[in-house]
Amino acid sequence: MSAKPTAAPSTAQNSFRSGPDDLGFFGLFGGRFVAETLMPLILELESAYEAAKNDSKFQAELRDLLEHYGGRPSPLYFAERLTEHLKGAKIYFKRDELNHTGSHKINNCLGQIQLARRMGKTRIIAETGAGQHGVAVATVCARFGLPCEIYMGATDVARQSPNVLRMHMLGAKVNSVTSGAGTLKDSMNEALRDWVTNVHDTYYIIGTAAGPHPYPAMVRDFQSVIGTEVRAQMLEREGRLPDTLVACIGGGSNAIGLFHPFLDDKSVKIYGVEAGGHGLDVYNGHNASMTGGSPGVLHGNRTYLLQDADGQILEGHSISAGLDYPGVGPEHSWLKDTGRVSYVPITDKEALVAFQLCAKLEGIIPALEPSHALSFVTKLAPTLPKDDLLVMNMCGRGDKDVFAVAEHLGMKI
Amino acid sequence: MPASTGTLSRIDRRFAALKRDGRPAFVTFVTAGDPDYETSKAILVGLPHAGADVIEIGMPFSDPMADGPAVQASSVRALKAGQTMKRTLQLVREFRATDDDTPIILMGYYNPIYVYPSEAFLDEAKASGVDGLIVVDVPPEADNELCLPALERGLSFIRLATPTTDDARLPAVLANTSGFVYYVSITGITGAAAPVVSDVAAQVARIKRSTALPVVVGFGVRTPEQARVIAACADGVVVGSALVEAIRMTLGPDGQAGADTVAAVHKVVRDLATALRGTSARV
Repeated sequence: MSAKPTAAPSTAQNSFRSGPDDLGFFGLFGGRFVAETLMPLILELESAYEAAKNDSKFQAELRDLLEHYGGRPSPLYFAERLTEHLKGAKIYFKRDELNHTGSHKINNCLGQIQLARRMGKTRIIAETGAGQHGVAVATVCARFGLPCEIYMGATDVARQSPNVLRMHMLGAKVNSVTSGAGTLKDSMNEALRDWVTNVHDTYYIIGTAAGPHPYPAMVRDFQSVIGTEVRAQMLEREGRLPDTLVACIGGGSNAIGLFHPFLDDKSVKIYGVEAGGHGLDVYNGHNASMTGGSPGVLHGNRTYLLQDADGQILEGHSISAGLDYPGVGPEHSWLKDTGRVSYVPITDKEALVAFQLCAKLEGIIPALEPSHALSFVTKLAPTLPKDDLLVMNMCGRGDKDVFAVAEHLGMKI
Repeated sequence: MPASTGTLSRIDRRFAALKRDGRPAFVTFVTAGDPDYETSKAILVGLPHAGADVIEIGMPFSDPMADGPAVQASSVRALKAGQTMKRTLQLVREFRATDDDTPIILMGYYNPIYVYPSEAFLDEAKASGVDGLIVVDVPPEADNELCLPALERGLSFIRLATPTTDDARLPAVLANTSGFVYYVSITGITGAAAPVVSDVAAQVARIKRSTALPVVVGFGVRTPEQARVIAACADGVVVGSALVEAIRMTLGPDGQAGADTVAAVHKVVRDLATALRGTSARV
């Protein structure tokens, strides 16, 4: 059940929180593998972000937006009935599904839209899988009056239609991408093609902690508000740090946001949950890029990828559009190889069971993405002592998934 | 340092000959294994006779982020027909058995090379008769990964310069470039909008002030007339999407090669070559 570490764990590291290096690498992973047309902009973005990061006015404006527009801090909720049901660890949910727009994606979008404005960019593009990032981008573009185009795979447009409607209502143009399997990988290819064509005025808000440097570090920084809040909230509630952290991983932005502030707290055990789809034994039937893939270079970074022996990228499969991506953010690849974080797969079927359990026991309809994390919690919590403090990131709400889940479960109105 | 010290590479010899003839280089691009291995081989073998001076061969990739729909489709066709990196190198070997003069440049993306893995790929590419590499997503910042090991083996590493490559960055782009410089005439993907000739002329002149290497222009060049005008302000011109489109238009209903596929590509090349041979090179 737990992933086997591929390198000697951690004692050799002074800190797990100091990456990336100047060229954007976390060990072997990360970097800036992009076409020359984009390189000058990537370098400009890096220096603009460094300046913004150290600008107290920028940070104060962002904090204000996160609080009054985004709804932060999100609650840390003791899931009492789930805890009783599983008879093990004391389970808390970090309620990032209560944010404005319904997921953690708004944290990153508020940060990046402020950066785009600071850089004088006048047009925004983004890729989206489940549509949660697309909705968050469309939202901040409406809020700040910038035109935006969202690239979304045709398969995802069909299975996440409520989010497509929301993006339209917010004034975004949604481009349905038909190449490949019509999922997140293909929408990212199209967004990159748009960017390379319109590089002079366009800012690309990448939705996850992946892509060329500085995106993985920048998105992580914007999402780290999740873990920073958990730290303070848990200290206030229980008087100590959590023992166990669990989050789902597509590209891995909600997970790195929760994990990063705790990486140097050796007592905290950390689990990332990948999309096991139809099962890891089914070729091209899952999106567990770390537990079932190998290192490669795609979308601007080196990271674990699902690929064939010739280096062609596989499409993979997940019931969850947000996890349906054959790669992962480079910092996760490094955390896997250093052994600091354990990565585990959960299948479509297991996620659906957890989805229903959460709705019935806690009165919370989770998105399919955190349903994967929740399924792993149902396996892990019973093995832990009752005083183990476990935090799972409830990174998105399931409103967008109700039609797709109903279809899977054969529900009729 | 290029290891070809002493003997000139095929690329250098070809550009020197073209300069003596006073005409621009005609660089053609097709994807290896498109629409199938044998047809692709027949296309390649005939390209020099049809007028190609330098041949770029695309290494198919599932996610060609810098390419427009025409080249994307050619990559899909090749992969569907079973093309792999091994077969691409084999294709070069088979071409080399018929032609020992025309430079061959492999063009593509990093991942299939990285996975091969890189060192073995470079050794086999050199042994197969490859002269140079264009790897779209490996910028100068990552030169020690692929560019320097390629140069050590006597393979040229041809860098793309683009409209966004400003004067501050140009020296880094040119530093380890050899063979020629490929100027990407537009900000965009292959086969997209036609470049503005006056912009291209100014940019090529700017690059040539910083390098003695030939500068070849590509992306968005389709017709003989465009090729003629662009070539007049550079040392050569690349045409790709128009060739792979010619392949696509001759395919049968199941995507199989038509009786006229090879001839159709060679006709496009001949028409372009004829237009270009009426042109004097810029220098």
